[in-house]
Amino acid sequence: MPDFDVVVIGSGPGGATAADVLTEEGRSVCVLEKGRNHLLALEAPFAALDHLSNDEVKFGRRHFLGPDPLLEPRSYRRSAADGERTTVGDVNNMPSTVGGAGFHADGKLPRYREVDFRLRSELGPVEGADVADWPVDYDEMEPFYTEAERSIGVAGDHTGNPFAARRSGPYPMPPGADMFLTTLTVPASERLGYHPYRAPTGANSVEFDGRPACNNCGFCAFYGCPIEAKGDPVAMLRRALGRGSCEIRPESVAVELVLDAGGTRAEGVRYLDADGVEHVVTARAVVVAGGAFETPRFLLRSGVGNSSDLVGRHLMFHLQTIALGFFPFRLHAYKGRDVTHLMDDPIVGDSATAVAAHEAGVPYLRGGIVEHGGSGHPIMEALHLPPGEMHSSLMADSPTRDKMVAFTMQGEDLPQASNRVDLDPTVRDVWGFPAGRITYSPHAHDVACAHHWGPRLEQVMTEAGASGTSWVTSPGTPGSRAPDLEPMSKHWMGTTRMGSDPTSSVCDPWQRLWDVDNVVVADSSVFPTSTGYGPTLTLVALAIRASRALAASL
Amino acid sequence: MTLRFLTEHEHDVVRRLADRLLPPHGEFPGAGAAGAADYVDRILGAFATDPPAIWAGGPYSGRHGGESAFDDHLPLSRLEALAWRTRIEGSLGLPEREWNGPVRGWQEIYRNGIAALDTSPDSDGLDLDGQPELRQLLFEHACEASYGAPEYGGNRALAGWRMIGYAGDVQPRGWSDAEVTGA
Repeated sequence: MPDFDVVVIGSGPGGATAADVLTEEGRSVCVLEKGRNHLLALEAPFAALDHLSNDEVKFGRRHFLGPDPLLEPRSYRRSAADGERTTVGDVNNMPSTVGGAGFHADGKLPRYREVDFRLRSELGPVEGADVADWPVDYDEMEPFYTEAERSIGVAGDHTGNPFAARRSGPYPMPPGADMFLTTLTVPASERLGYHPYRAPTGANSVEFDGRPACNNCGFCAFYGCPIEAKGDPVAMLRRALGRGSCEIRPESVAVELVLDAGGTRAEGVRYLDADGVEHVVTARAVVVAGGAFETPRFLLRSGVGNSSDLVGRHLMFHLQTIALGFFPFRLHAYKGRDVTHLMDDPIVGDSATAVAAHEAGVPYLRGGIVEHGGSGHPIMEALHLPPGEMHSSLMADSPTRDKMVAFTMQGEDLPQASNRVDLDPTVRDVWGFPAGRITYSPHAHDVACAHHWGPRLEQVMTEAGASGTSWVTSPGTPGSRAPDLEPMSKHWMGTTRMGSDPTSSVCDPWQRLWDVDNVVVADSSVFPTSTGYGPTLTLVALAIRASRALAASL
Repeated sequence: MTLRFLTEHEHDVVRRLADRLLPPHGEFPGAGAAGAADYVDRILGAFATDPPAIWAGGPYSGRHGGESAFDDHLPLSRLEALAWRTRIEGSLGLPEREWNGPVRGWQEIYRNGIAALDTSPDSDGLDLDGQPELRQLLFEHACEASYGAPEYGGNRALAGWRMIGYAGDVQPRGWSDAEVTGA
């Protein structure tokens, strides 16, 4: 008799959703989370632990949400031509804690559009990229999107985006307060023919699901919410725990899958507890939801699921184009949500993008949502200013924080098999396991798109009243202002792509490993393409779909 | 004030160096006068207290309502303590701290860097050009001290936040919708 129906590895948006759905369907679940628990008590009534706070030192400088790069270093190189690696440490790290990457942002949660699921069929192939259709379409996804928006609690205006996919109803909540800077950038965008709209956001605008409305404290991205106004990650985990059939084991590091003698069925997971003691927890099925970095690393370490040689490949980040506008007055973007407006125009494209694509020798340019936002908190600004005589006067004037607007375009990142996560040959984590190594270079499409939109977004800044502008890309690209920047999008996708053919995908259309079909991957690793939208809502919708199917199969 | 790691002399040098890196501005003190040396001493001597003085508590400081909890540090896990001891003290040749090789600790960087300044020929012993490692580390700590929560030892009398017109942590008050959207 197995210990549980399902073991879930990871407690971020995918794992938490799996635990929520599986327990709702009457299954017992054990969640293994390698990070600490700072979120909620694990005994009823599952109250907040009160560890979260508005504290830039703790969250921004002292690795409070993990992973500590000393304990869990990652390595990075642009290509094999760089040698074994160029960097060791923090490479686009996401939180490693109970709640996982649900902590990292202010929860912008747009849906994908119909075409995003059929990119290969609709727009054709691109040389040097493995563009693929998804094995699921928008019509099938729509009810799961609706469910995901209610599960997390999304606030938004369903009438605002003229390019949005069809929806079966409005958002669960109206949008929250617009940040001041958007009173400048939104009209300017509209005057130049763009279509900004209020961002669907996973922060309560009114009391919802027993949690309070956001009080606009301004500590969203990279912070946990001290008052639980952000639904992801606490809402799903508290529901799962409340059913009495879910156990969360923090500081429990999954070592490897335990397979049956034939190697085709998972029987459980071997893991290390907080004291480094090894255990095996058995189950009828396993959900792997470590995110698109840890999930392939775990499968590669387990030697499972890789008959296609595609585990870890097709890593996608979003090529971010960040246009900065420097204004002659203060904008107080530290008040309220970090981003309150988006626009999809670079995803949809226009005649100018078609010309730019032709000039770049690619069939199309698909950018990403443009986030209208401000900048970070003051320690971040202080670290980016030169030390010495001018430092304090610059801080007082705050040209790169309180007087700056940032447009961040999450540019579509075309999948390439050479972009991957594999196991570093020599760097180790504190448990002695090989570190994950990232090999990543953007496709020519992504670079051309960034270089097309950077100057156009600067024009919007100027129209809005900026007295100076600039733009950079993440990762850096030749000709941008910081060509050596490493990836910092905090969006991870690909690495165990799903599809309909076991020779060209790692997971089947229900996110099960082709090789071991009682193992389900429930995170953004399964995405065949990146689209130009943040991945969280879609990975949650997919996790609902896959978990319900898994529950029915047990 | 009882120092946790720095000597009185080292504390004085750190204070003066911090003022060089982040100098006074108008009525507002530089990083040194605002408590950067206390901040550095607290992190270098973080394990002199239990729990270690690494992470301030939560959820509120009491500055904008709620009970003050930032002074109650949160405990570290076994591995978190290992990471922070290694970062602060260095690996010291201990196998359990060297899974990727030796690590030079912050205590050593400060102590050796200041000792080198003490013997340098420049007139005031504050020329950091020959101590790039100390310069970078102290700059980072001075920024954190000046613009982080005062419970970590810096930002004395909220001088850093007042200088830049920043309220800092605002929970549980937050900001009203009008304060967010208005100019």
